[in-house]
Amino acid sequence: MQKSILSVVGKDKVGIIGALCSYLAEENINILDISQTIVDGFFNMMLICDTNNSKKSFSEIADGIENLGKQLGVMAKIQREDIFTSMQRI
Amino acid sequence: MINLNEVIQTNKMFEQENLDVRTITLGLSLLDCIDSDLEKLKANIYNKIVTTAKDLLKVGKEIEKEYGIPIINKRISLTPIALVGAAACKTKEDFVEIAVVLDKAAKEVGVNFIGGFTALPAKGMTKAEELLIKAIPQAMASTTNLCSSVNIGSSKTGINMDAVKLMGTVIKETAELTKDNDSIGCSKLVVLCNAPDDNPFMAGAFHGVTEADAVINVGVSGPGVVNQALNEVKGKDFTTLCEQIKKTAFKVTRLGQLVALEASRRLNIPFGIVDLSLAPTPAIGDSIAEILENMGLERIGAPGTTAALALLNDQVKKGGIMASSSVGGLSGAFIPVSEDHEMINAAKMGALTIEKLEAMTCVCSVGLDMIAIPGDTKASTISGIIADEAAIGMINQKTTAVRVIPVVGKKVGDMAEFGGLLGYAPIMQVNQYSCEEFINRGGRIPAPIHSFKN
Repeated sequence: MQKSILSVVGKDKVGIIGALCSYLAEENINILDISQTIVDGFFNMMLICDTNNSKKSFSEIADGIENLGKQLGVMAKIQREDIFTSMQRI
Repeated sequence: MINLNEVIQTNKMFEQENLDVRTITLGLSLLDCIDSDLEKLKANIYNKIVTTAKDLLKVGKEIEKEYGIPIINKRISLTPIALVGAAACKTKEDFVEIAVVLDKAAKEVGVNFIGGFTALPAKGMTKAEELLIKAIPQAMASTTNLCSSVNIGSSKTGINMDAVKLMGTVIKETAELTKDNDSIGCSKLVVLCNAPDDNPFMAGAFHGVTEADAVINVGVSGPGVVNQALNEVKGKDFTTLCEQIKKTAFKVTRLGQLVALEASRRLNIPFGIVDLSLAPTPAIGDSIAEILENMGLERIGAPGTTAALALLNDQVKKGGIMASSSVGGLSGAFIPVSEDHEMINAAKMGALTIEKLEAMTCVCSVGLDMIAIPGDTKASTISGIIADEAAIGMINQKTTAVRVIPVVGKKVGDMAEFGGLLGYAPIMQVNQYSCEEFINRGGRIPAPIHSFKN
C-alpha cells in the first residue's frame, strides 16, 4: 500500500474536515489516521490515507483536493508519503 | 509514522523557503550517433534526443504533482560535441549546424537548456576541438537553449595555455555577436578546470564518455532552507552552526535522491547522481550571500567571507554524503553573482570584488560565475582570469570555472540584464594591468607535483 498525506493549513471554521472526508469517501479513499492542531490561530491538519482503491488517478485526486481547499478557503494538498519519510527519517 | 509537525515543517520548506529540485538532467551519450556524413550525424543526434527525452517533461510534472515538490528545470546533457562531430565536421560552420540541431531538439522536447557543446582540450587540442571552440561565438548567437563548456586543464594534465588564450578571444567574440542582449551568449559559456563528467548544472553540464548510454542526474537546491535553519542557532558557536547546516543538507539531499530514483524508475533510465549544490536564484530568500550574512557578516565580501563559505561548503557535503550513496557533480555552494540578489547588492556597493570572489572560489564548488565585466576588457585579460582560476583548480584538485560576461558597450557601474534565472549584474571592476606577454607565451603549464600519484 502506498500511503498519501493530505495536509490542510488555513483559518479555522466549521466543516473543513467534514467536507474533506466526504470527498475522500466519494472517491473511495480510505482514511488511516487523522491529527490536527491550531498553531498561531491557524488550523493545521494532516490525514494519512490510502488512494489505491480510488478509480481516479493521483493527479486527478490532487486537483480535486486543491479545488475543494479553495472552496473552503484553506490550502489543501495531497502528497505521497515517501517525500516526508525520506526527508524526516534516517 | 510521520507526525503533523514533520508534515508542516517539510511543506514550509517548499512553500516559504524556496526548497526545490533545481534540475532533473538527462545525461545522454551521442557516441552511437557518430557518422562521417554531416547530414546523417545531424539526423541521428536529433532522433536520439527527441526519442529518449520525449517523456522527460511529462514525468517531471507528474513527480511535481504527486510529491508536491517544485521541479524548476528539466535539462539534457550530451557527450562533448567535439568528439561526436569530429568525423563529420570539417569547418567551424559544420559545428554551428550541429549547434542549431541541438537547440531545435531542446525546444522540441521542451527543456530550457541543453548542454554539451563542449570540448575537452585539457592537455592538447585536436583539430575538431579547435574547430568547435572557434564555432562557439556563432553557435551561441544562433541558439537560445544551448550551453557550451570547455575544459582547459586538470590536476592530472596541467593547464593547456593555448586553449586558455583562445578562450579569451572566443568569449570576446561571443559577447560581440550577442551584444544586442547584453552579451548574453557568454552567460551560457563556461571555461572549466577539472570538469566533472556527471554535473547536472548548466552551463557546465556535459555527459562524459565514462558514463552509461543514458542516466538521470538531479540537482537540488535550498539556500533558503539553510538560511532559515540558521535563524534557530543565532549567536551559538561554530559546532552548533555546523551541525545545523549538516542536518538541513541531509534533508535537502534526501529529497533529491527520492526525485532522482522516482524519475529514473518512471523513465526507465538508470539513476546517476545527486548533486548537492546550493544554487541561488535572483529571488529574495534564495541566496547564498544571505546565509553567509546570517552567520554574522555585515556584507558578503567582508573579511571572514572565505571562512564562512568554506564551512558552509564542507557541512553541505557532510550532510549530503550521509543522505545519498550516489553523490556527484559539483556538490558544494555556487556563487554566481548575477543569480544572487544579495551578491548583486554587495557588488554594487563595492563590498564584493572580483579578487575576493577569486579567493572564495578556492573553497566552494565552482568558480568566478556570472560576473559581468566591462565590454572593453582585453581578451588577454580574460585569459589571465581563466588561467588564475584554472591554477586554483589544478593545484587544489577541485573543479573551478570562469563564466564572465564582457558586456559590450557597458562600463563599471552600469547594469547588465540577462533575464530569468540568469538574473542581472553590475559591471565589476577588473584589474587594469596587462598580462598579455604572459598569455602570449603559449604551450602548457605542467601538471603539479602531487599529480604524480601512481
